[in-house]
Amino acid sequence: MTDQEILAGLGEIIEEIAGVPADEVTPSKSFADDLDIDSLSMVEIAVAAQDKFGVEIPDDQLKDLVTVQDVINFVAKNAGSTA
Amino acid sequence: MSLDREAVVVTGLGATTPLGGDVASTWAAMLAGQSGVRRITEPWAEQLPVRIAAFAAVDPVEVVGRVQARRMDRCEQFALVAAREAWADAGAPEVDPERLGVSVTTGIGGIGSTLAAYDMLNEKGWQRISPYTVPMLMPNGAAGWISMELGAHAGAHCMVSACASGAEAIGYAIDMIRSGRADVVLAGGTEAAIMPLNIGAFAVMRAMSTRNDEPERASRPFDKARDGFVLGEGAGMLVLESASHARERGATVYAIAAGAGYSSDAYHIAHPAPDGAGVAAAIGRALADAKVDPAQVTHVNAHATSTPEGDPLEAQALARALGPAVDGVIVTSTKSMTGHLLGGAGAIESVAAILSLRNQVAPPTINLEDLDDDVPIEVATEPRPLSKRGSEPMAVLNNAFGFGGHNVSLVFVAA
Repeated sequence: MTDQEILAGLGEIIEEIAGVPADEVTPSKSFADDLDIDSLSMVEIAVAAQDKFGVEIPDDQLKDLVTVQDVINFVAKNAGSTA
Repeated sequence: MSLDREAVVVTGLGATTPLGGDVASTWAAMLAGQSGVRRITEPWAEQLPVRIAAFAAVDPVEVVGRVQARRMDRCEQFALVAAREAWADAGAPEVDPERLGVSVTTGIGGIGSTLAAYDMLNEKGWQRISPYTVPMLMPNGAAGWISMELGAHAGAHCMVSACASGAEAIGYAIDMIRSGRADVVLAGGTEAAIMPLNIGAFAVMRAMSTRNDEPERASRPFDKARDGFVLGEGAGMLVLESASHARERGATVYAIAAGAGYSSDAYHIAHPAPDGAGVAAAIGRALADAKVDPAQVTHVNAHATSTPEGDPLEAQALARALGPAVDGVIVTSTKSMTGHLLGGAGAIESVAAILSLRNQVAPPTINLEDLDDDVPIEVATEPRPLSKRGSEPMAVLNNAFGFGGHNVSLVFVAA
């Protein structure tokens, strides 16, 4: 899975859950500050990401995923390990 | 304490009902005597003895938007739709946020979300439940969402009393303004309970109509052939405002929200007390609170749900509470058209009662073909003009009663 594929998948998830247009989901954006996504929606996004990418995001790591790039990095690093 | 109580007026109306997605379409359908009841075509109804209901005419998801809707129970969506309409209707007034309150209720709460989350829990585990499940199932969710929508900081409340909830919420809002806690309060009720569990649960009480072959004729309050209520869904909302606040901003006033009366039967958890004393007491207290003489009352939007037990009991209590003045009062039950909105009922029926007062016409009770012999009141079977009786302003009542023995009566007076 390339970073670009993860970003595209993440964009779809975020558009579905939070209503942010997928093309606005760019790597440098902060979920809370730029995309206005609250902690409850982040939980939904994490579960959807797990389903889509086969990567589990534990709660203690979820809180450290501040930007879209953070999630891309996390998924890229852990892809295939928990599916 | 001042003896001059702050008068409360109605300056905005909102509704989304089985008859229409807003107040204008709902009111037009009421005057036209249209039924909102239809056959339930979903497969889940096949196992049930009741296969009819009054679904909302407009899907609230289309109005509130998909993203916000997925965080809200359907009853919260209805509430938000009706609240937005009422607020816009009131002219979206500039109000000090600390003086703006919310009193919005439901009889059942987010039952659809509760059941869906429980299915998800069992099928896919707790992690797949929406993180918004709790705010979707809690009965005060609608009040919370509306307070956020309006930026209301004076307090957001949810008075729950089953099918009396919507009327009680309006009564509580009147109190908020009278007691000086708020200048403006968005008040009303909502329900979205057309679910297999609810229908089964009401059906097992033998409370619902099983006239499945004639959906539009099933809700027939006061008629000899009535056999139970028909479940409806939707919401009704009022903007209530202190008279001085409304005057200062030059608001259009629909009516004076003149008073509320309450009683509790303390008799049975689901049956009304057979002597109707509680109902009569609530009506009497509402008139006293409003300082309205029974002879001013021209119209009553009755609770009358189309159950064999409840309708004559209410009619007799009304006759007793109003005394000889009941002659000339035009009574109607708009549930004949909307079905029973449970916690939304007192709210949409207050909207109807206020429009009856303002437009001086009572909507009909449809399907009333043969008046029950035990109903000693005049029930409209077609739109009936209303006119002032005597020199005092015209008054109308809305009644709402709920399981638990809750009785609420509201009085609205011409502005």
